[in-house]
Amino acid sequence: MYKILKAEKLADKIFLMDVHAPRVAGHCQPGQFVIVKMDEKGERIPLTICDYDRGAGTVTIVVQEVGASTTKMGSLKEGDSFRDFTGPLGCPSEFVHEDIDSLKKKKMLFVAGGVGAAPVYPQVKWLREHGINADVIVGAKTKDMLILEDEMKAVSGNYYPCTDDGTYGHAGMVTAMVEELVKEGNQYDVCIAIGPMIMMKFVCLLTKKLEIPTIVSMNPIMVDGTGMCGACRLQVGEEIKFACVDGPEFDGHLVDFDQAMKRSQMYKTEEGRAMLRLQEGGTHHGGCGHCGGDE
Amino acid sequence: MADMLKKVPVREQEPKVRAANFDEVCLGYNLEEAMDEATRCLNCKNAKCVQGCPVAIDIPSFIQEVKEGNIEEAYKVIGRSSALPAICGRVCPQESQCEGRCIRGIKGEPVSIGKLERFVADYALEHDIKPVGADSLNGHKVAVIGSGPSGLTCAGDLAKKGYDVTVFEALHELGGVLVYGIPEFRLPKEKVVAKEIEKVRELGVKFETNVVIGKSTTIDQLMEEEGFEAVFIGSGAGLPMFMGIPGENANGVFSANEYLTRSNLMKAFDEDYDTPIIAGKKVAVVGGGNVAMDAARTALRLGADVHIVYRRSEAELPARVEEVHHAKEEGVIFNLLTNPKKINVDEDGNISSVTVIKMELGEPDASGRRRPVEIPGSEYDIEVDTVIMALGTSPNPLISSTTKGLETNRRKCIVADEDNGQTSKKGVFAGGDAVTGAATVILAMGAGKAGAKGIDEYLSEK
Repeated sequence: MYKILKAEKLADKIFLMDVHAPRVAGHCQPGQFVIVKMDEKGERIPLTICDYDRGAGTVTIVVQEVGASTTKMGSLKEGDSFRDFTGPLGCPSEFVHEDIDSLKKKKMLFVAGGVGAAPVYPQVKWLREHGINADVIVGAKTKDMLILEDEMKAVSGNYYPCTDDGTYGHAGMVTAMVEELVKEGNQYDVCIAIGPMIMMKFVCLLTKKLEIPTIVSMNPIMVDGTGMCGACRLQVGEEIKFACVDGPEFDGHLVDFDQAMKRSQMYKTEEGRAMLRLQEGGTHHGGCGHCGGDE
Repeated sequence: MADMLKKVPVREQEPKVRAANFDEVCLGYNLEEAMDEATRCLNCKNAKCVQGCPVAIDIPSFIQEVKEGNIEEAYKVIGRSSALPAICGRVCPQESQCEGRCIRGIKGEPVSIGKLERFVADYALEHDIKPVGADSLNGHKVAVIGSGPSGLTCAGDLAKKGYDVTVFEALHELGGVLVYGIPEFRLPKEKVVAKEIEKVRELGVKFETNVVIGKSTTIDQLMEEEGFEAVFIGSGAGLPMFMGIPGENANGVFSANEYLTRSNLMKAFDEDYDTPIIAGKKVAVVGGGNVAMDAARTALRLGADVHIVYRRSEAELPARVEEVHHAKEEGVIFNLLTNPKKINVDEDGNISSVTVIKMELGEPDASGRRRPVEIPGSEYDIEVDTVIMALGTSPNPLISSTTKGLETNRRKCIVADEDNGQTSKKGVFAGGDAVTGAATVILAMGAGKAGAKGIDEYLSEK
């Protein structure tokens, strides 16, 4: 069992937890992820690592309620435990292996969308710890949905919050912010975009035009997370890649986002049913006639 | 009295009934049937069956005990060679091993060695007969990577010799392919697999789940920081292979590994579990091995019409004869000498059909089997909504890429000595699918035994 030492609500349906998992904490690097399983009957859910404390043996994860399993997870409190917590999985971000001096010469731009701020944070933090200041754009629908702001500000070079509805920071999409920064004369050697697939797609379309090499972190459907099942396969250029062992970070200009988005819809009806069962319990079986839940 | 030419028939669930449930198909012998079948054994002095067994069980001796009704004694005879008899009795390809060599088989049917082994092992599980462990620990720490058939066998053998063994498993359940790969109706998880693993635990073996070697820690760290003097790698096969045909990333195309993992490990067939599975209404399973049969029969039980699409003929099907027979009885349709060309996809990214082409057999290839050749212009479409690729796996690089000095071959398999499992790295041994590529449970167990012997010799001389 893996004990939750801290549980905190960051925004509506977004939770942060510190979990005691010494083996993961001892080995994880920016860019990697974990798979958690709540209980015996739960799914294996891949989640990004937001932070880690090697001394205390803890790993910080951020969960957004999107389906039945993550909603159940959101109800966990300090002192509760996960049955399973595996990792770190996937490859660390490329820059972790790069020469620090040549890295220092690079101008890096991070673009985070929604809970994408969680996996961006440990990368920016790692860079700061190695004497590198990266610019960070964080986008959210509205002010209340912006997460980890103080933490991010503390480790980034320039910090640019954006909200879709203009309630905070720059009004508009993260792509508009990227364009503006480039127009102002900023020259970026690399862009790292992490967030919803649709956001990453549009950032990549833009950075391709702007000729900024771009890395994205993919979060497709996964089962085992160790390369065994192939559920997470993606078309990257001419090749088929497994996000769990080859990624999760890829050259964003080569990823087939349209296919990846279609693949992530594969279980939507099934997930929807599970969600309804959870929300409505026994009363759901009243028979809408469409979902098959009353069969 | 048993008919000396024929096996005592084994009771099975009716095909129509079992095609709609996940309960075990074969019900096994009872004591009377087992004792009856045992009388058919000729108790050969130079027993050919033993030579056919990868772990060299003293088959005539255990069958003689069964004949006398001494089942506990029979279990002890098997236990000297095999740590997992309830599993082997169910999943070994006996027809090409022990039973394939049986003298009875020259004139009639061989002795039903597999079913007798299963009976003895089940009797031991039901009557809680414990395996005999070591009296004391010898002070040597050994790590075993993977809790599948090779790892469990290696761990069990070493524990019997007094080694302090810890098994590291990447997934959340123990058993490897025995839990994620082989379905419930062929190998019950709670009744058989969990209990056999419990017996290995009773020998003193420790288990740690959720540890991905190469990620959560490395072999070098296990040896340098955690005090393990030797390591056995039994990490199994790895990444599923796809055909590389158009449409393969469509929604509804799965690897057999994914489909079976969802159903077996994550228990998606059971409503109480959260993991979803797309059952499919019309399913094509591509491949002809045991994994293809398992996927086909799982899809059938989830309510689909199922086609096996295999590019060679029935004679070349690599699956166990019993599995093919069961699949046919249950209503799986076999499209033999047929190979997929492309998967046709609708605008939402879902499968609408699969275009296949007819094949004929040409000259034998490197494997000795006749090479299938396309018949030009014979393409046609099979209307399906789900395609399951059961084409085998390629080794997972997680361990080989993170362990200094561990040699792999051209196919990325770990290089290890067949007799003792020794790899190119001192103190590190390996066996099973990680070394051979996808093979059988019993061959992996044989490799686990060899690895245990190799580690024992290495640490005794140290």
